[in-house]
Amino acid sequence: MSIEQREARQPWILLTPALTAVTLLLIVPLMFIVVYSFWLKSAAGADTPGFFLDNWQEALTDSFYRDILLNTLKIAAITTLACALLGYPAAYFISRSKGNKLILLVLLMLPFWISYIIRTMSWINILGVSGALNSAMIWLGIINEPIQMLYNQTTVILGLVHFLLPFMVLNIFVSLDGIDTNLEDAASSLGATRWQGFLQVTLPLSLPGLAAGGLLCFVLAAGTYITPVILGGPRDAMFANLVYEAIIRQLDWPLGSALSLLLLIVLGVLVLIYNRYLGMAQLAKGLG
Amino acid sequence: MGWRLIRTYTILVYLFMFLPIAVVVLLSFNANQFGSFPMTGVSTRWFEALWENEAIMRAFRTSILLGLMTAAISTVLGVLASLALVRYAIPGRNLITTLLIAPILVPEVVLAVALLLFLNFLNIGKSFTLLLAGHVIFTLPFVILVVQARLVSIRRDVEEAALSLGASPRQTFFAITLPLLMPAVAAGGLFAFTISFDDITGTLFWKPGGIETVPTQIFSMLRNSISPEINALGTVIIVLTVGLPLIGAAVARKLATKSGA
Repeated sequence: MSIEQREARQPWILLTPALTAVTLLLIVPLMFIVVYSFWLKSAAGADTPGFFLDNWQEALTDSFYRDILLNTLKIAAITTLACALLGYPAAYFISRSKGNKLILLVLLMLPFWISYIIRTMSWINILGVSGALNSAMIWLGIINEPIQMLYNQTTVILGLVHFLLPFMVLNIFVSLDGIDTNLEDAASSLGATRWQGFLQVTLPLSLPGLAAGGLLCFVLAAGTYITPVILGGPRDAMFANLVYEAIIRQLDWPLGSALSLLLLIVLGVLVLIYNRYLGMAQLAKGLG
Repeated sequence: MGWRLIRTYTILVYLFMFLPIAVVVLLSFNANQFGSFPMTGVSTRWFEALWENEAIMRAFRTSILLGLMTAAISTVLGVLASLALVRYAIPGRNLITTLLIAPILVPEVVLAVALLLFLNFLNIGKSFTLLLAGHVIFTLPFVILVVQARLVSIRRDVEEAALSLGASPRQTFFAITLPLLMPAVAAGGLFAFTISFDDITGTLFWKPGGIETVPTQIFSMLRNSISPEINALGTVIIVLTVGLPLIGAAVARKLATKSGA
């Protein structure tokens, strides 16, 4: 074999292990559940292979699934909006502060390293019947009896925002940090107020970061399984909870396959729209 | 005026992020037997209870073993793939990158279901093997992103100098590229370990009955109610997960200065 041939083969040898892993552990399994979603669950023993539309019909027409899907998207949208409103000013402050930028950023990223389940359950310490807030209000004499503030849709959203905010801030920061501050100065020297300069120069230039952060928050929120279980009530199930219910509890794997694919399709369409207009590069920047 | 407003707002955002975590640490030292407010005194009894709780200690051992194996496999796969992507002009580079990053883009529940059903079809049921396979596949993209970013910044001519002085490509890799890449390898490995250690959604789908990782153990303990033991466990994890990356960053910086990068 010539040196050139060997040189040309080299990268593929290096890529083989990773590509094999992704193919065998993600791509083929995804294709497998597409097939599986057309099978039928048998009362006992193995599921019946074949081409049945029953699972898809159930997933798409049953109002129970539709309502929970819509509710999941609503929760994800509110979470994303709240993350943007909380995260933008913070990211702006970090990017424009003098000196200790990196420390501020690392500090905000710290919770990202702290266990997700610990951060989620930490809200029980704050909002629970014997939590910090109730104790404080009783001590101050505002209330006599503790009030139940937990286990509703608001606390689910609160938990999600707490979990996802660092993603949003980081993405907006990356965008803001890349903007030449001379542009704002130029705007103000041309007679714009600081606010006008921000609205017409800085904000539009930072939209790619905002969009990347928004996509991440939305997709991660819409796929959540744990937060509604810990911070939600019995009526606050999200779509991933349905998938778990079908796969692990009812062992209805064909229906579970159809439900997971439905979630994948809905979120996939969103990612594709994003990719069409903004491209994946911005997303990689925020993650890297 | 506007700037001061933004600063106050930012401080409030930081408080929102840190207050709940601070309360976990505070309550873990609570002497009160219900682990709730009011604090009745400072005590380390919950940490002692933790140490004697066989189920939690077992979960810790499982999580650490799983995390280390995940980190080792993901880092090796990720470094090799990153080398190919950064150092060679290969056709279809964008497609390959997208493929390798795909596990982040697929919602974790969907990935969990697909892997569980497919490996079950291959007669690999819920097991440690399935758990390991799952953790490898969704930590791999993070390792690749971290290592790639670092690799781009290593100058090609250092490697070419070694090659022109008669080193074989293999010698060049081990003597030049790998030492320069070490901070990224360490960061990638640590990232993979932390993500694996923290994972719960996939783990709940893949773990066989009887095996618990730290997050699933906490999850099952939460079913009853929040106990001071959970807060103590939370404090331990906070110290580990914040401490480890900080130590890692310090080590990485030391390695980087030693190698002159």
